[in-house]
Amino acid sequence: MAMQSSDVNLKQEELLNQQYRQSIGWNGKTLKEMREETDRLTAQSGYYAGLRELEFKQSEPIRYEKIFSKLRGGLVHARETAKRVAASPIVEQEGELCFTLYTPEGDSIVTSTGIIIHVGTMGSAIKYMVNHNYEDNPGIEPGDIFCNNDCHIGNVHPCDVHTIVPIFWAGEVIGWVGGVTHVIDTGATGPGSMTVGPVTRYDDGYQIACRKIGHDDLLFQDWVIESQRSVRTTKYWLLDERTRIAGCHMIRDLVLGVIAEEGVDTYKHFSREVIEEGRRGLINRIKAMTIPGRYRQVGFVDVPYRHEDVEVPPYAKVDTIMHAPSEIVIDRSGKMSLDFDGSSRWGWHSYNATPVAFTSGIWVMMTQTLIPNDRINDGAYYATQFNLPYGSWMNPDDIRTAHSYAWHFLVTGWSPLWRGLSRAYFARGYLEEVNSGNANTSNWLQGGGYNQYDEMHAVNSFEAAAEGTGASAVKDGLDNAAAIWNPEGDMGDMEIWEYAEPLLYLGRNSKPNTGGFGKYRGGNGYETLRMVWGAKDWTMFFMGNGYVSSDCGMMGGYPAATGYRFEAHNTDLAERFAKQLPFPRGGDPRPAEKVYEKDLKADVKRDKQAITTEAIFENYDLYLNYLRGGPGFGDPLERRPQDVEKDLNGNYLLPEFALKVYGVVFQQEKNGHYRVDVEQTAAKRLEMRRERLQRGRPTHEWMREERGRILKDQASTQVRHMYATSFELSGRFLQEFRSFWDLPEDWNLYEKDLDMPTFGSHHRAMNSNKLV
Amino acid sequence: MAKYDKATIEELIDGTIDFFQLKDMLSSFKDPGRFDTYLEILQERVPWEDRILMPYSLHLYVVQKSDGQRIIKCDCGHEFCEAHDNWKLHALIHVRETDEKLQVLYPELLAPDPQWQVIREYYCPGCASQLEVESVTPWYPVLHDFDPDIDGFYEEWLGRPVPQPSGKSR
Repeated sequence: MAMQSSDVNLKQEELLNQQYRQSIGWNGKTLKEMREETDRLTAQSGYYAGLRELEFKQSEPIRYEKIFSKLRGGLVHARETAKRVAASPIVEQEGELCFTLYTPEGDSIVTSTGIIIHVGTMGSAIKYMVNHNYEDNPGIEPGDIFCNNDCHIGNVHPCDVHTIVPIFWAGEVIGWVGGVTHVIDTGATGPGSMTVGPVTRYDDGYQIACRKIGHDDLLFQDWVIESQRSVRTTKYWLLDERTRIAGCHMIRDLVLGVIAEEGVDTYKHFSREVIEEGRRGLINRIKAMTIPGRYRQVGFVDVPYRHEDVEVPPYAKVDTIMHAPSEIVIDRSGKMSLDFDGSSRWGWHSYNATPVAFTSGIWVMMTQTLIPNDRINDGAYYATQFNLPYGSWMNPDDIRTAHSYAWHFLVTGWSPLWRGLSRAYFARGYLEEVNSGNANTSNWLQGGGYNQYDEMHAVNSFEAAAEGTGASAVKDGLDNAAAIWNPEGDMGDMEIWEYAEPLLYLGRNSKPNTGGFGKYRGGNGYETLRMVWGAKDWTMFFMGNGYVSSDCGMMGGYPAATGYRFEAHNTDLAERFAKQLPFPRGGDPRPAEKVYEKDLKADVKRDKQAITTEAIFENYDLYLNYLRGGPGFGDPLERRPQDVEKDLNGNYLLPEFALKVYGVVFQQEKNGHYRVDVEQTAAKRLEMRRERLQRGRPTHEWMREERGRILKDQASTQVRHMYATSFELSGRFLQEFRSFWDLPEDWNLYEKDLDMPTFGSHHRAMNSNKLV
Repeated sequence: MAKYDKATIEELIDGTIDFFQLKDMLSSFKDPGRFDTYLEILQERVPWEDRILMPYSLHLYVVQKSDGQRIIKCDCGHEFCEAHDNWKLHALIHVRETDEKLQVLYPELLAPDPQWQVIREYYCPGCASQLEVESVTPWYPVLHDFDPDIDGFYEEWLGRPVPQPSGKSR
C-alpha cells in the first residue's frame, strides 16, 4: 500500500515531537523522575530531598522569612477573598475551604488557614497524576485546571472537592496550587454532603478522579454541564468551583510575582528547604514539649446498622463498633511513630477512611496542640512514622468502600492521640496545653428535597462546628465552641441557617450535663429545635454517636454524655399555632422527661439510635439537633464548690447531679439562686470517698471475673464483632489480648460464628490505592 | 524565650491563673525551665521525702526510693508499683456496667448503653481519689496509658544525668 505524503508529514511531526519534547519537570526531568529522585534522596539521607543543611535559611534568614511570609500571607488572603465568591454557608459562614501550595512532585510547601486536613490530600492527587504520566496524557500545560474528589486517590470524603492548577515558569512546572471546598451535596444516594446510607463507593456520589476540567484558565463546557447535572445543589456547586479557581489563580499570580522578584533558583531552593524546616520543626517541638516514651490510648464509636431506621442493603445490616487503639512512641531523637495496630476492619457504611485522609488530616489536630504555628507542610509528615493496618477502617484493602462521613471515625481515632500527648505535657509542666479529649463532632443535621424557594436543595448544618471542647488541666473546656476538624469553630447565625434551610428555629440552648464531669469539666454542647417549614418532598436523617461516648475523660474526669435522637412527625403544631396554644420551645435538658411532648401531639421517636437514613419530614415536623460536649479532667470531687455553684446558676448542670457526682450540698434560695454549703460539701465528699473504698475492688480480682465472662462469650454481638475483625487483621493484638487475660493459646473469636452478615470478610476488590 | 516565676507556675498548677496570662502563655514559646520549677513546687507540696523524678498524672508521681528503685506513688503516700508497671492493675476498680450505675453519672438517654460500652473508675486505695476513668467496650484490656523513658528524657533531652539517691553514683 502506497504511503501518502500527508502520512509522512504526520509521522515526521510525531517523531520530532518525541525527540525534542521538553519535559516539564526541572532540569529536563519528567515530574515522575523528580518524584522518584526526591523520594530516593529523602530515604537515603533521612532529610527531605537530602538537605542536610538549611543553607538558605542560615545564610539569609530575613530573605527566607520574607518569602515565607509573602507566600503564607498570600494564601491566607486568597482564602479570605475567594470565600466571598461562595454562596454556600458551609464555605462562606464556616470557612470550610483551604488552599495549599505544592512542589512539582506534590509535596506541600505552605498552606492557608481553614480545613488544613487537605495539606496532604491534594498532594496525594498531584502525586497520582505524576505517577500516572498525566504529563503525556492528558497533558499538563499552563492554564490547565484539574479536579479530584476520589478518596482512594487522595481525599477524605467526596464532598471535599479539589481544584488543582499547575504553575509554570519558563516551560517548567514550578509547582501546583490546590484549593478545596466542602460542597453541600455530591449527588450521593441521599442528600447532604456527608450522607448516611452509602455503603459502597458507588453510592457515595459523583466521583472525579484527577480529571482535566479546563484549559487556558477556562472550564470545559462538557465538564460544567456534566457536573451541574450530577449534584443536587447546582448553584452552590458552581460558586464553590469559582471560589476554588479564584483562589488558585490568585496564588498562582502570587508565586509568579515572588519568582520575578527573587529569582526562580531561589524559589526552587526555598521550596525544598521549607519542607525540611517543617520536618525539623516538628522534632524540635516534640523535644521541647513532650517526654520520650510510650503512650497508649483507644477510641470507639458505634455503628448500629441493624436498627429498622437504617435502610441499607442486607449485607450492611451489621451492628458493630469501630475500634481505634493507638500507640505513640517518641524516641530519644524526637521522632514520633503512631501505630494503630489492632484497629477494626472497614465496613459497609460511609465512615471508612483512606491512609492519606489519616496522615494528612492528623495535622488539623496537631496544629491545635503540638505545632501551633504556620509552618504546616509535608515536613511534619516526613518526621512521623505511621502504621495504618492494611484492611482496617483507615486503610481499606477494597476499592468498594464508602467514605462520605469518614470524619465519624477519624475524629474518634485522632482524639485519643491528643489525650496521649497531654500526658506528656502534664509530666513536663505545660499544663496549659493539656486537653482531655474532644467531642464527638455530631449531630449532623442533613437532608434535602425542595426548599422554601421551590428549588431542589440539600442541607448539611455546620452547627456541628461548635461543640463543647475538652477540659484542660487548669480550666474547664469551652461550651459550644469548636470542633477538632476546624479550629475556626463557629455555630453560624440562626438567621443565615434559616435563610439556607427550610427549618425554623424553635430553640437554641446550651445543653446541661453534656460535658464530662471533672475537677475541670468538659465544655457543654448545645441543641437546636428545628421545625420544617416551606419544604416539599423533604427528607432528613441523623448522624452521630448514640450508644457510646467516643472519647474518654482524663486523669479522673469522665467522658462526655452520649447522643440520642428526637424527631416528631404528624404533629398538631399547625392547629396549636392557629389556636395560640403552647408549643415546644427551647431545650430538652432531661431527655427522658419528654418535655416537648407535653405541648405536642405527634408520632415521636426519642431513643439512642442517633444514626438513621432518610426519613420523610413534612412541614410542622420537628428535629432536634444536639451537638455534643467535651470530656472532663480530674476527679469531680475536687471541683471547687463555687464552680459547681456557677454551673447550677448558669444552667450548665442539672441540680441532682451536683450532689450525686460532685458531692456538692446546696440550697435553692427563694429567688431561684443556688447557694453551695461548703462545710456540708466537705463532709459529703469524705463520705463519698469512703463509699469508693467500699465499692472499689482490687483490679486483679475484677480481672479474674472478667476473664470468666470472656471464656463464656458474655458480651453483646456488636462487641464481639469488633474484636473479631480486629483479631482477624492483627495477630499481635490477638496475642496481647490473650496474654493480658491469660487465655488459652488457641482462644479466638471468629466473625463467622456470630449472627451477622460476613460480606467483605473474605472476597476483596483490591484497592487501587496500592497503585499510587 | 518566655520565663515565668514560681508564683505564676503555682497559680497554673492551682488553676487560679488569670485568663489573659494563661492565653499569653498558650501563645508564647515554651519556657525551657518549666520542668524544674514545676518539679520544685510539687516536691515541696508532697508530704513525703522521696525524690520526684517525673510527675506521672494528677496525684501520681514516678519517685526514686533511697535504694534507687523507681516507683509510682500517690501524693497521699500510697505506693502502687514499679515505674514501668501499669499502676491501674494495683488500684481499686469500680465498673459501671448497668444502666442503673451509668445513670448516676448521666441523665437517661445521655448515658452509654452497657451493651456497647462500660465505664471503669480507678481509685487510689490510700486516699480514694479517682485517678483515671476508662470508657471502653466490655473485655477491653486495662490500658497502660504512659510508660516514660525517664533516662532518655534526663540524659538526652535535658542534658543531665537522672538524679541519684544520695550516696549513690552511676
